[in-house]
Amino acid sequence: MKLNRRLFMGGAAAGAAVATLSAPMAHASTDGKPRVVVIGGGAGGATAARYIAKDSNGEIDVTLVEPTRSYYTCFFSNLYMAGFRELGSIAHSYGKLASEFGVNVVHDWAVGIDREARTVTLAGGATLPYDRLILSPGIDFVDGAVEGWDVTQQNKMPHAYKAGSQSELLKAQIEAMPEGGTFAMVAPPNPFRCPPGPYERISMVAHILKEKNPTAKIIIADPKEKFSKMALFQEGWGRHYDGMIDWIGPDFGGGNVSVNPDTMTLTIDGEETKVDVCNVIPAMKAGRICEIAGITDGNWAPVNPHTMQSRVDENIHVLGDASHQGDMPKSGFAANSQAKVAAMAVRSALTGSKLFPAKFTNTCWSLIDADDGVKVGASYEATDEKIAKVDGFISQTGEDATLRKATYEESIGWYAGITSDMFG
Amino acid sequence: MNIIECVRLTRYAFCMRWIRHITTCFAALAVTATPSFANEIGDADKGEAVFRECSSCHSVGQGAKNRVGPHLNSLFGRRAAAIEGFNYSNGLTRMGKDGLVWDFDLLDRYVENPKAFASDTRMAYKGLKDAQQRTDLLAFLRRYSDDPSNIPEAAPTAAGTDHSVDPAILAIQGDPEYGEYLSSECVSCHQLDGDYDGIPGIIGWPVEDFVVAMHAYKDKFRPHPVMQMMAGRLSNDEIAALAAYFEAAGS
Ligand SMILES: Cc1cc2nc3c(=O)[nH]c(=O)nc-3n(C[C@H](O)[C@H](O)[C@H](O)COP(=O)(O)OP(=O)(O)OC[C@H]3O[C@@H](n4cnc5c(N)ncnc54)[C@H](O)[C@@H]3O)c2cc1C
Repeated sequence: MKLNRRLFMGGAAAGAAVATLSAPMAHASTDGKPRVVVIGGGAGGATAARYIAKDSNGEIDVTLVEPTRSYYTCFFSNLYMAGFRELGSIAHSYGKLASEFGVNVVHDWAVGIDREARTVTLAGGATLPYDRLILSPGIDFVDGAVEGWDVTQQNKMPHAYKAGSQSELLKAQIEAMPEGGTFAMVAPPNPFRCPPGPYERISMVAHILKEKNPTAKIIIADPKEKFSKMALFQEGWGRHYDGMIDWIGPDFGGGNVSVNPDTMTLTIDGEETKVDVCNVIPAMKAGRICEIAGITDGNWAPVNPHTMQSRVDENIHVLGDASHQGDMPKSGFAANSQAKVAAMAVRSALTGSKLFPAKFTNTCWSLIDADDGVKVGASYEATDEKIAKVDGFISQTGEDATLRKATYEESIGWYAGITSDMFG
Repeated sequence: MNIIECVRLTRYAFCMRWIRHITTCFAALAVTATPSFANEIGDADKGEAVFRECSSCHSVGQGAKNRVGPHLNSLFGRRAAAIEGFNYSNGLTRMGKDGLVWDFDLLDRYVENPKAFASDTRMAYKGLKDAQQRTDLLAFLRRYSDDPSNIPEAAPTAAGTDHSVDPAILAIQGDPEYGEYLSSECVSCHQLDGDYDGIPGIIGWPVEDFVVAMHAYKDKFRPHPVMQMMAGRLSNDEIAALAAYFEAAGS
């Protein structure tokens, strides 16, 4: 992140210079095709790029801007921490998007957006013109959300809420905990990426500690009264990790925390505790490029639910975590689902292809312990006001072990299915 | 069960059927004065004759063993795919895990059209269309379930019911282009290369199997909650569109 930040700022300056120097650009590409630029090659962006390229049969030029060559999915990164997955198995590259679908993949940061000229500036200096722009940059953290923490402290107190090196670091820290040590998590306020994510993580941390360090303790400071799948997690924690996990909700000061990365202390409601690992997951906001584009209202970018177009600029579509859309949770599944609606809308606008009514779905699986999987899901439709929930379901407490195992196995199938739907 | 419970627990149509059923019973009682309640869920003796067709693969009764098909003792109240060591299809296995427990209505549907119930079932049987024969067959099999008196005699089970999907629905020509768009929801989980990885492949299914299976979820007798939700909001035309797309995608 340190590096990213520097690139970001340096890039913005460089971008401004390029913008003033470069000649005005025509929008249609040299061969007259309409152009789509996608910023962010994660769950939403990769899906959108793939669907537009695949379904337009070469009629649309698609450029995907993504700084990393390997995208590590946050989904299943908790399973990696518990040793159920290898890190390599959650890494995806962009080779197929380029070779099989003809997406032009540019590994760079987008640092500027000129909505009037319809151009994107990259940190490397290039300027990309677009007819439609898709933003799926995921999340960034709200500055000052947790007293004592900022991204420069993320190596001492990792968030591991963007997967990859942060996940590796947190795993290593957990494994290095002294016998009987303390793992602490500062949980984020709503809304945030992956509502069951922090609690699945707690389950997975408990799973390793139970194996390797059974006298260790886990504390969670939480500003929320309730969290996703709460009854299921609490039942599972009681069953598998009895006495190990201490969840401190807002009634007990869970919302009033500060940290000190130098002394490795966490203060909850004035009471200081020394901890061995501190996983700080701060409040979140849309990826910074949304702010730069000037399409945010508060922390997120509001969209029209029928097409995922920004409420501020109809040439821009915002997907996934960064968007403010209504009832869908911020999940990879949701980003993938929204991307398909946006892809259809973009193709329709640029090539006149048929526009069908928008439909969305989401299912989030979580693992509580080996072979103990649960899920929650819903279907949604677009109304003028928001993406509105139509119907839903959730796993029940007290389900038997065979069903829980089947649910876990299903999540493995889902992971394989959705990642090939994103990356080809 | 009394009529109030019946109204509360079951659909109106069933209640009406139940009332008719009671009325006929009383009418019969008045005429013959020797009611035969044994016939209430079918004639087990006739069912034994029907079972002969099944007996090349299934056995039931004392000493019954698994053969090509699993033995059928204690079938009522048993979970789907519950016999240890028997090699069930993925579909039935999954239903068992999802909590499907065989009762009269579910068995009636399964026997009526096994493939509609579990697309990949290993039961190589085309299905028994005659509702009365199914009722008789199930009355016979029910003799071999533990404590049959404890198996509730719910009104819907009082007679075999025709569950087949309306031929007019099966005849709808799906629009594959619409199907392709709708399919993007399916392939978030179902892999396009057809791999079964905890979630079955659905590419290349014959249209009819697909439509029948989706309606089985829509009617909520196939148990999977995600699929019930997905199918529940698809219209008949949308199901047809998906079926057309997925069949073609396999070729
Ligand atoms: C621990 C954890 C567990 C999770 N588990 C699940 C789960 O089981 N199921 C599920 O559905 N979801 C899960 N999620 C949520 C899921 O990861 C996110 O909701 C999803 O990744 C959001 O997709 P996105 O496209 O909005 O953003 P991302 O996937 O984060 O993609 C954003 C991409 O944009 C790039 N980017 C950002 N800024 C720029 C820029 N200026 N220029 C160019 N590129 C840029 C980034 O490098 C990144 O690759 C989990 C999340 C976490 C943290």
